[in-house]
Amino acid sequence: MIKVQNITKRFGDFAALHGIDLEIEDGEFVALLGPSGSGKTTLLRIIAGLEFQDGGEVYFGGEDVSRLKVADRHVGFVFQQYALFRHMTVAENVAFGLSVKKRRDRPSKAEIRARADELLRLVQLEGLGARYPGQLSGGQRQRVALARALAIEPKLLLLDEPFGALDAKVRKDLRRWLRDLHKQMGLTSIFVTHDQEEALELADRVVVMDHGKIEQVGTPEEIYMNPRTAFVSHFVGETNRVAGEGGEVHFRPHDVDVVEEGGETVLVDNVFRKGGAWRVEGALVETGLLVEFDMDAALAPPATGTEVRIAPRRSRLFNPA
Amino acid sequence: MSSTTFPPPTARARTWRKPSVLPGFALTFGTTIGWLSLIVLIPIATIFLKAAGMGWRHFLEVGFSDRALAAYRLSFGTAAAAGLVNAVFGLLVAWVLVRYAFPGKKVVSALVDLPFALPTAVAGIALTALYSPNGWIGQFLDPLGIKVAFTPLGITIALVFIGLPFVVRSVEPVLADLGKDVEEAAATLGASRSQTFARVIFPAIGPALLTGFAMAFARGVGEYGSVIFISGNMPGKTEIAPLLIVTQLEQYAYEGATAIAVVMMLVSFGILLAINALQAAGRRRMGA
Repeated sequence: MIKVQNITKRFGDFAALHGIDLEIEDGEFVALLGPSGSGKTTLLRIIAGLEFQDGGEVYFGGEDVSRLKVADRHVGFVFQQYALFRHMTVAENVAFGLSVKKRRDRPSKAEIRARADELLRLVQLEGLGARYPGQLSGGQRQRVALARALAIEPKLLLLDEPFGALDAKVRKDLRRWLRDLHKQMGLTSIFVTHDQEEALELADRVVVMDHGKIEQVGTPEEIYMNPRTAFVSHFVGETNRVAGEGGEVHFRPHDVDVVEEGGETVLVDNVFRKGGAWRVEGALVETGLLVEFDMDAALAPPATGTEVRIAPRRSRLFNPA
Repeated sequence: MSSTTFPPPTARARTWRKPSVLPGFALTFGTTIGWLSLIVLIPIATIFLKAAGMGWRHFLEVGFSDRALAAYRLSFGTAAAAGLVNAVFGLLVAWVLVRYAFPGKKVVSALVDLPFALPTAVAGIALTALYSPNGWIGQFLDPLGIKVAFTPLGITIALVFIGLPFVVRSVEPVLADLGKDVEEAAATLGASRSQTFARVIFPAIGPALLTGFAMAFARGVGEYGSVIFISGNMPGKTEIAPLLIVTQLEQYAYEGATAIAVVMMLVSFGILLAINALQAAGRRRMGA
């Protein structure tokens, strides 16, 4: 179990983290989700030992590792820009962690080679061991980085925006592949992302962060369906925010019915197809606030400039902070 | 109809330049060749021509006399030693300039370039004054039996001085470009600081370091101004090859001067070519 207790960190005048508490069970796949500057990467780096906290402790399975150097924490870390060693072959990159071990712990050359081959097979790069990182595609490089991190048989795998530098298609494939790999290996993993879709798709639990604080921790379902704060509600998934009695009313575009009577009147501005539905963009006639909602694609789309009456099926009220 | 639209494919087969959208190849390439000829090739060709006129026997007599051989040994030896010293300490300076922020960094950086700007004779005089047996530094070294001025050691020091910027300036950008994350990756994989340096940082900056060494070495081989003051110029002992050439010229022995020049040039060219080949091999390995 990984436990983070009351972690604080400042960079000069900027408070990157204030008082973070978090527990992660063995084998869990956890996403740290938040906008840039939310402190998610700083938290990941503190857990890894690449950054040191100003206050608080980090425990790995009950052991306080707060003062332990990164090399002694045995975590696998995958960097956003891969951070591969360009002058080494793919196989040498993967074997690096084994080859720098102290002589009495170090496996023989043959064992190291066998282990590197095995890992390359695991990340589906069999036969590319003799190439140099410069000869690989972005997705392949990221998998080499992953194999290299796994080579030291880490207790914990940390990934910093692992798909950030990849294009959409590769991202999607790699995401699915990583989820399968996690299922197969059951290695406790934490990854940082600013992409809510990625977090909801991959993680067992999502930790939503903003301004150096944890806003909510929960399963993707809980985070999406029952956001605890206004921030979570609008950061995760699409949300309409309109003024209501006693606060801000949030509702999802797909939680809207078009009604004959009652509800609110919307002046339609733009209609386009979004997947299996019409996405309608418009402004509330009464207040001028912009809203968007989905309509059944089997119906005729409303014309621009017409008025439609809508009523949200589900909505949540958030009090102003 | 069709015969007028496209030229037959063979019409292009004679051009050895690959088609490219970058404009101005003919103009820039022509200028390059013209310029290099004017500045480098023609003067060098003249030297060879002049040397060729003296006949083999005479050429060997002058170009490979005991005095000349001693001068080559001294010039190439001290230049190589100075290049090595610069490779070590230049790397250190570049490291400090890239890795740390400290007050006065801009001044330190400007100091590095000073050997470029200073008339080398000034450096020679200053170093001689410092290292002569009664100089500021020499007076402490002399009782220890270490003689600097008027020895090969003094020549090496002068060459270290003038060669420093080459190593610093060639290593600096590569070091800056080498991401912090690569070192962090090595650390997460369990590497110690020394392992990270030896296996990750050093190989990455190796080619740049070699370039810096090659440039400092080449500069050292040809250096004249700063060395003649500190070397003492004893024939066969502390007489560098460029000085030997000047000595020949002063005696109106132009052919003798060119003979020594040709030998130096061929050796230098060979060494630089070897260093280039080494680097090309390194680049191929990186798959770039």
